[in-house]
Amino acid sequence: MAQIFHPLTNVVSRATIFGALLMAAGALWLIYMITTSDYANQVSVVRAQPVDFSHEHHVSGLGLDCRYCHLSVENSAFAGVPATEICMNCHSQIWSDSPKLAPVRESFRTGMPLKWTRVNDLPDFVHFHHGIHIQKGIQCRTCHGDMEKMPLTWKAGTLHMRWCLDCHRSPEDHVGPRSAVFANSANPLVSTAEDFAEIEKYQVRKQTNCSACHY
Amino acid sequence: MSRFRLALWFGAVAVVATGGCHSDMYDQPKVEPLEANEFFDDGRSARPLLTGVVPRDPVGAKPAASATGTANPLPVNQALLARGMQRYMIYCTPCHGRIGDGDGMIVRRGFRQPPTLHSDRLRGLPDRHFYDVMTEGFGVMPSYRKQISSDDRWAITAYIRALQLSRHASPEVLTAEERSKLDATEAAR
Ligand code: HEC
Ligand code: HEC
Ligand code: HEC
Ligand code: HEC
Ligand code: HEC
Ligand code: HEC
Repeated sequence: MAQIFHPLTNVVSRATIFGALLMAAGALWLIYMITTSDYANQVSVVRAQPVDFSHEHHVSGLGLDCRYCHLSVENSAFAGVPATEICMNCHSQIWSDSPKLAPVRESFRTGMPLKWTRVNDLPDFVHFHHGIHIQKGIQCRTCHGDMEKMPLTWKAGTLHMRWCLDCHRSPEDHVGPRSAVFANSANPLVSTAEDFAEIEKYQVRKQTNCSACHY
Repeated sequence: MSRFRLALWFGAVAVVATGGCHSDMYDQPKVEPLEANEFFDDGRSARPLLTGVVPRDPVGAKPAASATGTANPLPVNQALLARGMQRYMIYCTPCHGRIGDGDGMIVRRGFRQPPTLHSDRLRGLPDRHFYDVMTEGFGVMPSYRKQISSDDRWAITAYIRALQLSRHASPEVLTAEERSKLDATEAAR
């Protein structure tokens, strides 16, 4: 009987089998890279906001402290987004007829809040708490980047579970003294012996149990 | 197992696997702080207070101890002054400046200039006056009732007293040891 398959068929079949596996693996890798990329997660992308509020202007230009506006960041889960009255503390007098601030005045008059677009937003099945991170000496900038250089707000990390865990597995690399939490400069976090003694007091633990964030 | 059964199994697994991509859990019916909610006509989940509501926590409320007296009801110590300084730096420096001269950054950008905190008039007024200015506002100065808790307002008052003292302290109040330290630094200049 004549040979049905050419001898080359062995090579071809091997190539297709392994090629298919390789392609499947490649496709998975590609999907993984895309879903975890900064691009797909809108990192460093600004969102349209009802008012062009600039942290650059207010924080590095005027020297305002984060807590002037984000009132509850030290003690609660939610950092707090300022009420219109807080803008009007100053804008009742300053730039009081700027067209850019028309929505603020409108909101103040009607009592209806401004509808800010969320930039950092975790899924509802994750619990984040600002208070614990501030009390344990994590700087705002570690998670939010250089807010004082943002003319419009963008997010500085993917906020994926991995992003949280990278720090939770080795928090000691990111913890600094509480007095530096609101600092705008990227000072080396821990420089002096006093700093080390101070951080010692916080008794930072590794929180990697699922139930720390999912409950 | 027949091929047909196998195909069915594959199909079922695929359905379950992609079902996992359903995103209901990402945005659950519960409301997060300040999230919009269609349940209310105006879409606000954070409901405005009804008239006549009495605050339970110290934010916005006056502590009982201060209802009558004009002096600071909290014990003035190092911890209170440190807290007062921190809060003063956050909420008052934008206008009153770091040392109370009234030349803060917002004033330089056109806000009405506040008076210096070191005038004889303000030094003579009781603690209560500063607390009330923060609580109720004063002229064009906004009220800080919602931003600063009652205890913190007293802490800031204590710090302002320290600021005022810093310009008018006489060397007599120092101990001999502190005095010699001061003389040494003076001499070193
Ligand atoms: C003058 C008031 C003001 C000050 C001071 C201020 N912020 Fe904000 N911040 C806002 C407002 C208003 C928004 C909402 C609009 C936006 O996202 O840009 C906001 C949004 C943010 C967000 C994004 C919230 C989201 O949607 O995820 C972060 C993060 C943030 N601020 C951090 C900071 C930090 C850190 C500081 C101090 C360095 C600071 N802010 C100081 C008013 C302020
Ligand atoms: C402590 C005072 C203060 C507070 C509080 C404040 N601002 Fe401002 N804002 C200023 C000053 C001063 C300027 C002018 C900045 C400059 O000239 O460098 C300004 C500028 C602006 C501008 C640019 C106006 C223009 O026409 O170019 C916008 C928009 C603005 N602020 C929005 C807001 C919003 C929204 C809030 C509330 C979340 C707010 N500001 C809270 C002091 C303040
Ligand atoms: C450990 C990382 C981390 C640190 C440190 C941190 N944040 Fe956040 N921040 C987040 C995350 C994550 C979110 C999104 C929370 C959510 O969606 O529930 C967020 C959200 C916010 C928001 C939006 C409102 C909210 O609470 O959801 C503001 C405003 C904000 N942060 C300000 C600050 C300020 C100011 C500081 C410094 C005092 C700070 N953050 C420190 C991670 C951090
Ligand atoms: C830069 C470091 C850092 C990042 C990023 C970070 N955390 Fe944390 N987190 C800490 C530290 C430090 C603690 C305090 C651990 C301790 O000592 O108990 C903490 C504690 C917590 C706690 C309290 C746990 C408990 O039971 O006491 C929660 C919840 C939490 N983190 C959630 C998150 C989530 C969700 C994210 C990601 C969105 C995140 N964290 C990102 C550093 C970080
Ligand atoms: C430090 C906080 C933290 C801890 C600890 C943590 N997670 Fe998560 N997890 C998150 C965050 C944040 C997300 C949301 C990521 C996103 O936005 O897709 C998440 C998402 C998930 C998801 C959904 C993934 C998706 O893409 O839908 C699962 C499943 C999950 N976590 C399981 C676990 C398990 C199991 C553990 C324990 C081994 C655990 N997590 C521990 C923060 C945490
Ligand atoms: C937005 C700018 C601004 C901020 C912030 C501010 N003030 Fe004032 N303050 C003023 C102005 C303007 C006046 C003068 C008001 C007038 O004469 O109409 C004033 C007046 C005062 C007076 C004098 C009252 C009198 O009897 O003459 C005191 C005391 C005072 N402020 C305390 C404070 C304290 C304490 C804080 C911080 C919690 C603070 N202020 C924050 C603008 C400000």
